[in-house]
Amino acid sequence: MYEKARERIAKFINAKNSNGVVFVRGTTEAINLVAYSWGLNNLGKGDEVLVSIMEHHSNIVPWEIIAKLKGFEIKYSKVNNDGTLDYTDFERKLCNKTKIVCLSHVSNVTGVINDVKLIGKIAHENGALMLVDGAQSVPHMPVDVEDLDMDFMAFSGHKMLGPTGIGVLYGKKEVLEKMSPFQGGGEMIREVAYNQRKEKCGIVWNELPWKFEAGTPNIEGAIGLGAAVKYLDEIGMDNVLDHEKQLAKYALKRMQKNNKVVVHGPENLSEKLGIISFSIEGLSSHDVALLFDNYGVMIRSGYHCAQPLHQIFKLDSSARASFYVYNTEAEVDRFIEILKELDQL
Amino acid sequence: MVNVDDYVSQIEGTCGAEKDVIVVFKFEKKDEAIANILKKATVKNKIAGIIFELTFQDQSFRLYSSGKAIFRGVKNKQALNSLLEKLLL
Repeated sequence: MYEKARERIAKFINAKNSNGVVFVRGTTEAINLVAYSWGLNNLGKGDEVLVSIMEHHSNIVPWEIIAKLKGFEIKYSKVNNDGTLDYTDFERKLCNKTKIVCLSHVSNVTGVINDVKLIGKIAHENGALMLVDGAQSVPHMPVDVEDLDMDFMAFSGHKMLGPTGIGVLYGKKEVLEKMSPFQGGGEMIREVAYNQRKEKCGIVWNELPWKFEAGTPNIEGAIGLGAAVKYLDEIGMDNVLDHEKQLAKYALKRMQKNNKVVVHGPENLSEKLGIISFSIEGLSSHDVALLFDNYGVMIRSGYHCAQPLHQIFKLDSSARASFYVYNTEAEVDRFIEILKELDQL
Repeated sequence: MVNVDDYVSQIEGTCGAEKDVIVVFKFEKKDEAIANILKKATVKNKIAGIIFELTFQDQSFRLYSSGKAIFRGVKNKQALNSLLEKLLL
């Protein structure tokens, strides 16, 4: 069942074969795996890693940690005022020193969709690898890793109807094969042979993907994620995307009628998914979240683990509404009604 | 003897530049906690009986009928505990 889940997930993202699908704890661990396994062995002084300022902390902090150890530089690409990626700045900062480009497919703050296929193509032309944080894209839209031609893609189970504590690092076979294991232990080795004469152990790594799955795996998590993927597959990811876009369009249209509400991110829906970050004049995002909570509506408040982007937006924090397959227009109506209550505060 | 822990389920620091603190009252004690607070604090504003904007000893805060309160600019844990003692006990 564990391996069947892997196969199902590989098919879901159109990976050539399932040995490029490594089970991890989530997107964060997937990116850490690349930073520690690939980064520690391939980056050094004079090298650069290019990320964007819109990244979730999980696509910034692992690189900052490794940069301190290895002495390479991290370049941060800018965003435009509406939160979309500044492609000119991105291209300007991508040079022959860049060894890996790390970019979110969809921003977890603004819902902005980045053209990772284009960026990946430019990265490859410059000899750099491409890592995509797919935490906000894989659950919400069709993602084809072969078509996008990315070297790594990371995503989490709990954002796509699966359990917590399970996620995936997809990697191209030829890239993963050159990488050393992230963690050592059982399962990730083929052989640990003790040479009695030399009094040393000779270790041979296991094949992909098990080389990166040390210890007892999260079997139930992987099977749960496999079931979630089956469910989403049956709905159809085009339908999931369409449903969320409809809800976002409906919500945005009504939010824009409220003068106190400031929506962060692009107004053009073709540039974003169903994530709406907003602020209410004179109110902290936590007040907004608690008000919604009082009515049984869950939204997120704070930095959403993307403090640099909030600094660029000059925000102390923001409130965020996000939609998924289970949400309805009636729930958006309820959301808007509650938003109106805020006028009284 | 009754103490703050009898009423409080958890205290969370908020995420963001604002250093706010959210106090979550125990479900079974939330009505009593809200009643105690409303007896002692001054109500500056209220919305539909579910949100109360309050002040108590120069500290402003908001109390929600769901059993949560958000305090702003409280210096430290001790200061918050002292405030909660005065409000709840």
